[in-house]
Amino acid sequence: MCACRCGINVTLDKGEVRYIEGNPDHPLNKGVICAKGSSGIMKQYSPARLTRPLKRKPGTERGAGEFVPIEWDEAFEIMESRLSEIRATDPRKFALFTGRDQMQALTGMFAKQFGTPNYAAHGGFCSVNMAAGMIYTIGGSFWEFGGPDLERAKLFIMIGTAEDHHSNPLKIELAHFKRNGGKFISINPVRTGYSAIADEWIPIRPGTDGALFMALIHILIKDALFDRDFLIKYTNAAELVNQDESSDAFGLFERTTEDVREGCVDPQNKIWWDRNTNEPVSSQNRNADPFLFGEYELEGTKVKTAFQLLADRVEQYTPEWASEITGISVETITRLAHEMGITARDRKIELPIAWTDAWGEEHDSVTGNPVAFHAMRGLAAHSNGFHSIRNMAILMTLLGTIDRPGGFRHKAPFPRPIPPCPKPPRSPEDVQPNTELNGMPLGFPASPDDLFVDDRGEPVRLDKAFSWEHPLSAHGLMHNAITNAWRGDPHKIDTLLLFMANMAWNSSMNTSEIRNMLVDKEENGDYKIPYIIVCDAFQSETVQFADLVLPDTTYLERHDVMSMLDRPISEYDGPVDSVRIPVLPPTGDCKPFQEVLIEMGSRLGLKAFVDAGGQRKYRDYPDFIVNYETAPGSGIGFLAGWRGKSGEKSMKGEPNPNQWEMYANNNCVYHHKLPPSYQYMRNWNEGYLEWAQHHGLTRYAEPIQLHIYSEIFQEFRRAAQGKRPGKQPPDHLRERVETYFDPLPMYHEPLEAEMTNRREYPLSAITQRPMAMYHSWDSQNAWLRQIHAHNHLYMHPSIGNQNGFEDGDWVWVESMHGKVRCMCRFSEAVEPGTVWTWNAIGKASGSWGLDKTANESNQGFLLNHLIAEELPCRTRSGTISNSDPVTGQAGWYDVRVKVYKAADDEEQVTSPTFATMQRLPGQLEPLNRSKSLAYQSGTGRFRSWLDSASKKLKRSKS
Amino acid sequence: MTQLALIIDLNVCVGCSACVTSCKEWNTSGSAGPMTDFNAYGHDPTGTFFNRVQSFEIGEYPHTEMVHFPKSCLHCEEPPCVPVCPTGASYKREEDGIVLVDYDKCVGCKYCSWACPYGAREIDESQKVMKKCTLCVDRIYDTSLPEDRRQPACVLACPTSARIFGDVHDEYSEVSRLIREEGGYQLMPEWGTNPANHYLPRRKAKIKIQREDLERVENPLKDENFTKPSDDDLTLEDSSWI
Amino acid sequence: MHPAFSVIFLTTLLGVGQGLFMALITAQTYTLVELVHVEESSSFYALGTLLVLVFVALALFASFFHLGRPERAWRTPSQWRTSWLSREVIALPVFGAIAFIYGAIQWFGWDFEVTKIGDFSLPFSLLVGVVGVAASFTLFLCTGMIYACIRFLQEWATPLTVVNFILLGLASGFTVATVYATFTAPGLIAMFGGWAIVFTVVAAITRISALIRNSRIKPKSTPTTAIGVRHSKIRQTAQGAMGGSFNTREYFHGKSAGFLVFMKWGFLAMVFVIPLFLLVIGLSQKLSVLILAAAVIQYLGLIMERWFFFAQANHPQNIYYQVA
Ligand SMILES: Nc1nc2c(c(=O)[nH]1)N[C@H]1C(S)=C(S)[C@@H](COP(=O)(O)OP(=O)(O)OC[C@H]3O[C@@H](n4cnc5c(=O)[nH]c(N)nc54)[C@H](O)[C@@H]3O)O[C@H]1N2
Ligand SMILES: Nc1nc2c(c(=O)[nH]1)N[C@H]1C(S)=C(S)[C@@H](COP(=O)(O)OP(=O)(O)OC[C@H]3O[C@@H](n4cnc5c(=O)[nH]c(N)nc54)[C@H](O)[C@@H]3O)O[C@H]1N2
Ligand code: SF4
Ligand code: SF4
Ligand code: SF4
Ligand code: SF4
Ligand code: SF4
Ligand SMILES: [Mo]
Repeated sequence: MCACRCGINVTLDKGEVRYIEGNPDHPLNKGVICAKGSSGIMKQYSPARLTRPLKRKPGTERGAGEFVPIEWDEAFEIMESRLSEIRATDPRKFALFTGRDQMQALTGMFAKQFGTPNYAAHGGFCSVNMAAGMIYTIGGSFWEFGGPDLERAKLFIMIGTAEDHHSNPLKIELAHFKRNGGKFISINPVRTGYSAIADEWIPIRPGTDGALFMALIHILIKDALFDRDFLIKYTNAAELVNQDESSDAFGLFERTTEDVREGCVDPQNKIWWDRNTNEPVSSQNRNADPFLFGEYELEGTKVKTAFQLLADRVEQYTPEWASEITGISVETITRLAHEMGITARDRKIELPIAWTDAWGEEHDSVTGNPVAFHAMRGLAAHSNGFHSIRNMAILMTLLGTIDRPGGFRHKAPFPRPIPPCPKPPRSPEDVQPNTELNGMPLGFPASPDDLFVDDRGEPVRLDKAFSWEHPLSAHGLMHNAITNAWRGDPHKIDTLLLFMANMAWNSSMNTSEIRNMLVDKEENGDYKIPYIIVCDAFQSETVQFADLVLPDTTYLERHDVMSMLDRPISEYDGPVDSVRIPVLPPTGDCKPFQEVLIEMGSRLGLKAFVDAGGQRKYRDYPDFIVNYETAPGSGIGFLAGWRGKSGEKSMKGEPNPNQWEMYANNNCVYHHKLPPSYQYMRNWNEGYLEWAQHHGLTRYAEPIQLHIYSEIFQEFRRAAQGKRPGKQPPDHLRERVETYFDPLPMYHEPLEAEMTNRREYPLSAITQRPMAMYHSWDSQNAWLRQIHAHNHLYMHPSIGNQNGFEDGDWVWVESMHGKVRCMCRFSEAVEPGTVWTWNAIGKASGSWGLDKTANESNQGFLLNHLIAEELPCRTRSGTISNSDPVTGQAGWYDVRVKVYKAADDEEQVTSPTFATMQRLPGQLEPLNRSKSLAYQSGTGRFRSWLDSASKKLKRSKS
Repeated sequence: MTQLALIIDLNVCVGCSACVTSCKEWNTSGSAGPMTDFNAYGHDPTGTFFNRVQSFEIGEYPHTEMVHFPKSCLHCEEPPCVPVCPTGASYKREEDGIVLVDYDKCVGCKYCSWACPYGAREIDESQKVMKKCTLCVDRIYDTSLPEDRRQPACVLACPTSARIFGDVHDEYSEVSRLIREEGGYQLMPEWGTNPANHYLPRRKAKIKIQREDLERVENPLKDENFTKPSDDDLTLEDSSWI
Repeated sequence: MHPAFSVIFLTTLLGVGQGLFMALITAQTYTLVELVHVEESSSFYALGTLLVLVFVALALFASFFHLGRPERAWRTPSQWRTSWLSREVIALPVFGAIAFIYGAIQWFGWDFEVTKIGDFSLPFSLLVGVVGVAASFTLFLCTGMIYACIRFLQEWATPLTVVNFILLGLASGFTVATVYATFTAPGLIAMFGGWAIVFTVVAAITRISALIRNSRIKPKSTPTTAIGVRHSKIRQTAQGAMGGSFNTREYFHGKSAGFLVFMKWGFLAMVFVIPLFLLVIGLSQKLSVLILAAAVIQYLGLIMERWFFFAQANHPQNIYYQVA
């Protein structure tokens, strides 16, 4: 398997990589591969590689970049003594944050077992808005949890996506879709990559998509272009909502029985108003024909259908209103709504697949409305992203395109209940010395009582996740971890372990300041963040700030799993997971981080890693993978394929000692294809739900109705209004919670934009992924860096004309928080109020094995210096994160800037720049005699070059 | 006579550069390699590539089109680069029309590259011989590979299958069909080089909405507006005379 | 195109050498038919030819810098059927050899009378010389055609390219011959100088014609034909290699438009105007310094001319490599 998730085959020639190609038998990438994957050779043989554990040189300052190589034994001893001390006293003081990895199943478990709640991966700054916005509405989401069925769609609307996680599959599908004659519309302020081949490009002002969706919903309702049947049967649209303002139950659904919730299912005990009888009727009564609209009186209480509430809500959000905000013409908005609605209604698909719904009704066929959507961080990475995304999910629901052919399709283990079952701890008492964390480090609160706050309603977690500030922060707020730890708010920590995250550079906002925080000291001379451990495979900017550096192997040198316990890699037709099997030996003294965790778990005596006698249970990571079960005898492990004694079972079953071999013999991938009748309508598909329950994918086999109206949100709002017993927000957050926990679609401006003087900072600044670079870590790649040696700030020529500069000039781009000098480039493919650049091309001098003359650190720039991790305002409790008020998603794309010409006498070099990083002990000098590098496998040159890392090691050992 | 070639479908190419690096990866260790890089980790990194993807913006905002444009040697049927070569190092193969350079004969005079209007040839600055796309001759005939993998590296890599490989002289081949049916064209036809590689243009899908589409009977609002009359309500039948 | 100094020196030095040789043969012919009276000396021709050979050798030397693999240069004549470069590679040594034979005949006094034409006896050396002149023309043709035959380099693809190579070679060759004569055969100064002026004037006319022609060229290749998209506004935003590539190094002169204009006026002055002025005054006032200055300036001007010749040529591939 490649660096992220595609299947690859690696051909070796005398121990050197001859070539890497896509595995044609892999269900994800079906043999294709991307530019980064094909350049894997240059990652393996990169001079940026770390090859030895390092310790900050005693007596030197953190950040000075002076290290001494040490042995693993010493590294483990250092970690063991620190961590066991922390665990025995205050487990919160150990914080583990991980970046763009696919190892959360293991890292999350390690954190939980350790007992610290201070664990999160990149999700919080990546796209938790995407996850939460849709999961809280339809029980599944884009990102890696579901996607568009482009094989059958006739209209495809892609919103705010440049590349995405399953990029190869998406590219394969896009091509098929276009060749099948479908219409592809891209809504994006910038036209690049995917948008380039769109049949229609709809440029939009950043952060305003929520308004567009409101207007689209407005038109669909006004022109009656929604799928009535679908809404009634499969959503809460026709369910009656209490509208008695004086009642404590205002805004809650009327129910036939008491609201007794079993676990995390959404009980089907609501009430409809039946047309046949003109009487209220249980929503369980499938013979009823409920009204979708209307206001009724139920036992003296004024009630409305949820759909009526929706219609009332969007009444004022006309295309004219949205046009002002989004910059899209009224005609275009209207036409877009009509194209969606009419395609959905008139070009229906019917597949001859019989299935049975959760109420026992049998259907002869599966039908679909072939309008597919896809959206990613263009929506997610705004502080109003949650509601934009929820609006979109409601729009999709109105069109009736959820888990149906030609529309949105779930990927196992989705759909999950709304919200899914895992819950965070609920109080500070859930964290106890030498004890496993009581609750999941990350989860999905279903009510205010699920928040992880203390008696005063203040956060417990370092990143303030699951607090009233960001109640539904299902993926944590990694982007605030360093600032909070530095400030000691809500508490101080001792050891920060960063794995596969370049937090001193591109995955932090406010990067220059963050770098200062990492080295800042208390008055007594101690570091404010006392100890930092970094596990990386390369010389990233963050390594410089470590006290202890753990050199990881590359993806060609280690075992790995893409587990369904993590973000899944499933396909629409069934669950998929896969493994990575090493093809090359570890370089130098590199050790897979997985092995480090297992070693540490064993040393610390964490339950999952030791037997009853406290002895180490697993030889190594492969051994762990095969034998570990989530609970003794649960039959659920990291891998779902070939379980059972001899590999006869799937999804669930006792450990199989030959599981690795079986994966190896089957292209390293397990793909369970569901029968066609289980492949659609899974929220309500009895067969599927029972299968999923039986195989441990979900706990319940209850139907998952879509939430047009969110009662969960109303519960938070009631808490904020003081109308609800249980946990209460601190007073200064009441208004915030009340505002943003709106049960109906809403639009609000991105938070920072509300606080910015638009006249001074008239432009939005955004970034996007280049297809041929992986975040910060491909500049070490000799081939890829030729494609993106540095970056420009792209903008419409009118900005230059207004501000007196020309294409290619050096300019300053300045936000409220800082300024960056860079080169501009004019473009006609960008909305004129927006400037943009490629993500993370700019580098700190001397990092990534690059010379200090490298373009990346002289002409390249990092936009993150301009983006603040906290809003430019203070609340009574201090600062507040620059994040979505619902989910804590980092508002990367909210920053507003101005651009002006750099003075003629200024240096033509990017600003800010940083002192050149030194080459680290164990880092190999590039193998490039007379500046030329000619890779050729089978010569032994590159292999012996890498081997020299181990040879040096042996010499220094003896 | 066979003329192997690539068809590049601009309608689906997203400019991902997978074809660029997969080409380099295959060829640098193959018979056409190495493909040397200079300043690999320094200022202005540069190196030999047989295939590059370029981007062009067309028109003005908001009617801007963006074209990602991959280009490698087009294996011209009348290759101007071949007759000018003083050593015979540049040649066009009779059997399949592939234009190749024999590195053992090349003196590195660069003259052939001047004679290529497409900028498809690049000198390898360390080996000092002229290099270019070989159509992966060392792959497509390699019988040790499974048959469906005997395709150029870039073709196999391309996620959007924007690169299609085949014989443009065989009327019944997929590539000939695409050229015929999808408007395949040649680059710089004005020079009469008759490139074997063809490009397929952008094609636009549109949705046409008729007025009556918005006034349909199965309009769900209508459903809503009918309430069942009560038994007391009068109807036409109550007052009809016949 | 990126002007390569190896080629600039190769073509200019060769041109001088060829022109000088033709001047020598012209002198011999004139002497023969007694149009001029000079103290006939075989060492004059021999040393003159030696000078020619020095120019040719220098040119050859420069040419090797243009080859990536000079050790394989022996392969280069093989494609004479199709390649003007091959033909040049053949024509060059042929010319050199004939010049050498001519010089040797003169030096060693191997000359003999072949026949008599009227009153004049036709020496064998002159016969060889005439063959050498033919070889020289062939070589000019080959060199010129190397450039003129690349049809999509529209600035080059004209007979004027060959004509200019010939005339500029003759002009510079005769000017150098004039200098040579001031030291060795004052009687020939006027003849050489006269022809030098004539060739310089004619070359000026043809070279300026080429400039005028080139300024009116409408490029046949446009972004539309290059990528196959019909639109008047096509702008490249990425060429796939930000650190540059062979294509950005080989086909762009990398200098400003202003520099190009400077080079154009510079060479017009230095190849034509100033040498003509100096020659006229030098000849009329018998100031050999001015004649020497004319030759030096004209040669330097030719370097500029050749630089400009390359720089001005806009390769259609550049459409694909507009933005780094
Ligand atoms: N090649 C490559 N692939 C990657 C990655 C990589 O670094 N390189 N990273 C991976 C990761 S971690 C992630 S999270 C995914 C992210 O994949 P994407 O979600 O595709 O992420 P971005 O590159 O942030 O693209 C965001 C797009 O949204 C647009 N946009 C910005 N603001 C708005 C807005 O307000 N409205 C609309 N409609 N559009 C907007 C931008 O112009 C851009 O095109 O990619 C993954 N895949
Ligand atoms: N301005 C701006 N900033 C952004 C974003 C944006 O859109 N705009 N996007 C955000 C998003 S969505 C994300 S996900 C983050 C990504 O930010 P990060 O998670 O920091 O991503 P990378 O830059 O890929 O850094 C990952 C680190 O892992 C290291 N690494 C690579 N392979 C291995 C390995 O095998 N083992 C180990 N141990 N380490 C390895 C790399 O060397 C690198 O140091 O960036 C965020 N930052
Ligand atoms: S998308 Fe990621 S996993 Fe797939 S080929 Fe590219 S780098 Fe490899
Ligand atoms: S594209 Fe260029 S190199 Fe290739 S055959 Fe045609 S002229 Fe020759
Ligand atoms: S560079 Fe090589 S292939 Fe090209 S013309 Fe010269 S000898 Fe022939
Ligand atoms: S055919 Fe082969 S050599 Fe040519 S561009 Fe594709 S991968 Fe490169
Ligand atoms: S791999 Fe395919 S889609 Fe990607 S740039 Fe090349 S031709 Fe285009
Ligand atoms: Mo991400």
